[in-house]
Formats: sequence, C-alpha cells, structure tokens
Amino acid sequence: MLRFLVKRTLSAVLTLFAVSVLTFLMFFALPRDPVSGMCPRNCNPERLERVRQELGLSDPLVVQYGGYMRGVVAGRELGAAQGGHCDAPCLGWSYVNNEAVTDTLVRVLPVTLSIVVPAAVLWLLLGMGLGLVSALRRGTWVDRVAIGFSLTGASLQLYFVGAVLLLIFVYTLGWLPVPGYTSLLDDPVRWAGGLVLAWLSLALLCSANYARLFRAQLLETLGEDFVRTARAKGLPRSAVYGRHALRAAISPVITVAGLDVGAALGGTVITETTFGIHGLGRTAVDAVRAGDLPTIMATVLAAAVFVVLANMLVDLLYAAVDPRVRLG
Amino acid sequence: MSLSPAAGPVPAAIGSGGTAGPPRDRRGAGHSPGRLAWLRLRADRTALASGAALVLFLLVALAAPLIELTYGIGPRDQFQDRLDGFGLPLGRAGGVSGEHFFGLEPRLGRDIFIRLVYGLRTSLFVALAAAVLTSVIGVVLGTLAGYLGGWLDAVVTWITDLTLALPFLVVALVLPPMLTLRFYGQRDTVPAAFGVGVLIVIFAVFGWTGTARLIRGQVIALREREFVAAARASGAGPWHMLFRELLPNLRAPILVSFSLTVPQFVTGEAALSFIGVGLTEETPSFGRMIYQSLEYLQTDPAFVLFPGVVIFALVLAVNLFGDALRDALDPKSAG
Repeated sequence: MLRFLVKRTLSAVLTLFAVSVLTFLMFFALPRDPVSGMCPRNCNPERLERVRQELGLSDPLVVQYGGYMRGVVAGRELGAAQGGHCDAPCLGWSYVNNEAVTDTLVRVLPVTLSIVVPAAVLWLLLGMGLGLVSALRRGTWVDRVAIGFSLTGASLQLYFVGAVLLLIFVYTLGWLPVPGYTSLLDDPVRWAGGLVLAWLSLALLCSANYARLFRAQLLETLGEDFVRTARAKGLPRSAVYGRHALRAAISPVITVAGLDVGAALGGTVITETTFGIHGLGRTAVDAVRAGDLPTIMATVLAAAVFVVLANMLVDLLYAAVDPRVRLG
Repeated sequence: MSLSPAAGPVPAAIGSGGTAGPPRDRRGAGHSPGRLAWLRLRADRTALASGAALVLFLLVALAAPLIELTYGIGPRDQFQDRLDGFGLPLGRAGGVSGEHFFGLEPRLGRDIFIRLVYGLRTSLFVALAAAVLTSVIGVVLGTLAGYLGGWLDAVVTWITDLTLALPFLVVALVLPPMLTLRFYGQRDTVPAAFGVGVLIVIFAVFGWTGTARLIRGQVIALREREFVAAARASGAGPWHMLFRELLPNLRAPILVSFSLTVPQFVTGEAALSFIGVGLTEETPSFGRMIYQSLEYLQTDPAFVLFPGVVIFALVLAVNLFGDALRDALDPKSAG
C-alpha cells in the first residue's frame, strides 16, 4: 500500500509540475507582449513599463518561472507598492485588483466550495438512486421514466435550466431570494437560500450521467456468477444487492465522480455566470477579460491542483474498494 | 459538471464490430457486421425519429442562406419600429407573428428565428469539424500507442493524464485572446473565421484523449488476436497491419467515440459563447444569444426560451441517435 501511495504521489507531483510549466509558457511566452492585454486602451506607457519590470518580463523564461515557483513554495519579496514580503503560497500581485492573488483566492474559494460540495452530494444521491431503482425494476415503467429523465438531463444546458428555475422560483413565485453568496458561518439559512437553485440545477444535469452509468454497471454485475451464487445460497435480497452487487458496481462511479468534482472545483464558470455568484470561475473569466496574468495563472493552477487531488483520491478509494489495484 | 470534452460518460466495453459473434436474429443470417448494424438501426424507432430530427437540423443548417431568401429577413436586419419605448418587442410572447416566427430580440430588434438558423449553422459546423479532427488525432495516436507500445505508449498515456488535469474552460477562455495577440496587433480587426478556427483547434486539442484511450484499448486487444498474428507471421509490413488488419476492425469504436464527441462540442461551443469568449458578435451563436437574453429573463422570457429549447432539441437528438448507434453496433450494450 505504501509503495502504491508513493508512486501515485510522485506521478501527481510530476503532472502538476508539467501543468505549471505549460500554463506559464501559455501566458508568458505565447503573446508578443504579455502586459499589453492588461490595459487595451488609454494606459500610460510608464505604468506598463513599471509592471513589465516588476513582473521581470525581461529575464529569461526559466528565471521567471523559477521566481514564480519559489514564491509558491517559500514566499518571495515583491515591490514596496505591493506590500513588500509575500508569504509562502505567494501567487504574485494582481495589478488589476490591487491585491495579492493569494488573498483573492482565499476570498473566492469558499464560494465555489459552497456551490460544488452540496451539489455533488445531491447529484450522487439522485443519480445513484435513480440508477439503482431502474436497474432493480428493469423494463417496467419506473425504468423507462428514470431513463427518460436521465437522457433529458444529459441533453439540457445548465444556463437554460438555471434561467427557467430562476424565472419560476425567484421572479414568479417569489419563494427564494435572488441568488448570492452569504458565508455559511454568518447565516446558514441565507447561505442555503442563495445557493439552492445552483445546487438543484447542477444536480439535475450531473445526476443524469450517473444514473445511466450506475444502471448499466449494476445490470452487468447482477448477471455475474458470484451474484447468482449469493442468491442461491439463500442470502436475503438486501445482502445480495447491498453487500455484493453494489460494491462491485460502484468503482466506475467513483472514477467519474472524481473527475467531475475535481473539474467542478476548478471553477463552475457557467453556474456562477448564470446565477451571478462570484466564485473561482467568475474570477478566472474576469481576469481573462482584464488581461490580469497573475490571477489567470493562479486560477488555472488551483483548478489543476483540484483535478490532480481528486484523481489521487479516486485511486486511493479504488485501492480501498478493490484489492487487485493495490497488488497489481 | 463535465464540460471538458474529454470527460463524459465512459462507454463500457465496446466490442469491435468487425468480428461480432454469430448473428442472433435469423433475418441477419449471412449478413456482414455493418449490414447487421444497419438492420438493427432501422428497426429502432428512437433511432429513426432522432435520425430524422438530425437530418432536418443538418438540412436547415446547410440551407440557411436559402431559408433567409424565402423568409425575407437577414440575421442582421433590425426592426426597431416593432419595439416599445423600453426596447421590448410589441405583441405576445416576445413579438411572435406570421412575419417573425420566434419574435424579436429586445433592444436590437433582430429576428430570433433567422438568428437561430444561422446559430445552428455555426454550432454544427464547429462541432462536426472539431469531431472529425478529434477522431483523426485520437485514432492515429491511439493506434500507434496501442500497436507499437513502449515509450510512445507511455508518452501518449501521460499526455492524456496531463490534458485531463488542465481546466478546459479556463484554458479555452485564455487561449483565444493570447493567440489573437500573437497573430494580430492590438488594433487590427480580427476576421471571424480566425475565431472559429481557434475554437475548433482548442476542442480538438482537448478532445482527442478520450478517443485515443478508447482506440488504444481496442488495438491492444486486437494485437493479440490470431488473424493479426497470422498476418504478421506471413510478413505483412506495418502499413498493411495498420490499414488492412487493424483499422477495419476499429470502425465501430471510432463511430461511437465520434457520436460521443459531437454533442460535447455543441455544448462546449454554446458554453464558451455563453461566457462571452467563444465567437465574436458577428457570428450568430446559441450561447451568446442565451447570455444576452438572461438580462431580459423577467421582462421578455420568450427570448430565453427559444434558443434554449432549440439547443436542447439538437443535443437530445444527437444523444439519442448516438445511443441507438451504440446499441446497433454492439447489441450486448443494449439495456
């Protein structure tokens, strides 16, 4: 198990390193002049020159990259105008927001977490519930309704569902407040009220995939010999399904869930735009619009970290559920 | 949510159609596997209905200029005289009338129907072009990695993992402006075709990994089969091995992965335009329309409804047909 863990961690670190190099190259080497995007019109040349100097854009790329990564790992000194020393996870200074990028991330991360985590719980429960019901009642009307629902869900667009939900529950019935983010610690009721539509629309769309996947997987498992054996030796239905079939059918669901949650944490751009909530995704979009390089770089890196961590977690869960992975 | 084209439902074990087992139904006795799949597809009512809908969508997209001619209204024509003082369309349901089938856009007063027709053209063109490119890259790299193995296989697998770790939306958001800055000056006018091209390339760069993984698995399974060994033993060159032995047996998985990528790219194009980065204002697009319509959600809900329903119908038709195709090519996968 330990060897597996070490190997997995090493490959994760390697991937993250490659992602950071790639993003760095994409932003700092691709455009002819990286800072020119920062103020497209009427921007004084002195200010641009100063920014260029402070970002160290005249240094060789390797030196620039080294400086950036040293900042992330050990912190580094920034100019006096940017608050001097920048502590350990230093992601640079945003000239657009006039703020250390780390502070921006710390501010918007809870927002995205508040959207994704409850939504993920909801979509997993809904998706696996539907998949289970339709697999057990295969061929009946229950199955057809569940399949129809998941096909519809898989074809819907989040912004459309969100718009319809907003129209019904906020603007017509007035049951819910206009979506927005309140800290969970300040006021849990307002926190839930402002985000519940985002959770619902995400769950509605994402659960569809899980319902189809889980149904197909369960049907396959239920046809296997070990399930027939379990049934034949007189185990109650709950034990056959719960202990034998479910456990075997759940591993692909874990894989897809890991990918989805990791990707969603990297920024639920569409959800945030639809409901006007300002999280990591919106921050990335705004940074792109403003040409705010340090913030863009930081959001891409944060997203990559989430995906890689989620993948690692999936592998560990896999190893826990299925001993063959550990040994193989 | 899985907006990344690489994610999405993982097709469980797709058999290679070329070597399907003994035919099950008597009707199909003695038919080639391709003909068998076609017979199954024709017997499937869902496949027929969704296929017909897809053909209709394709025809509308292809015939957009013709439709404009008969309809008599272009996508950029404005009808300010049919808007009220607040810039909202007069009449019921966003100004639906015999002249304007789906009503008018608020503020600019453009016809929604003809803009949707052109939006469909954009959406299908981008999605199909990107899907073809994705399949070509995916099949070539997947086949080479699976057949040759060794370091090439390791590199392809690692690049796949790397691509999965890159946040698709954010990178797709950042790359177009960066590339535009690279090739055009600050104040040059950028042709609309450049935006469309960049979008297709981004989709292909992010999308090929899924196809490559699928094809690689299939090739590894095929590599050990007797007929491949026999060909190798009789001294077939690599060219013959790849094109005469392997490729014909990969037809089914290639078709399946193609059918999986198309709806992802339709959705992806709309999503990018929705965030406001995909295509420029002059190219009509579903996502951009919906983004603009959100402002009028309370005052003119019909404006949100029409593009939303059309894109839903399109994606549903592609998904249903893709499902039916998968079942027809591999009867074992039918639920």
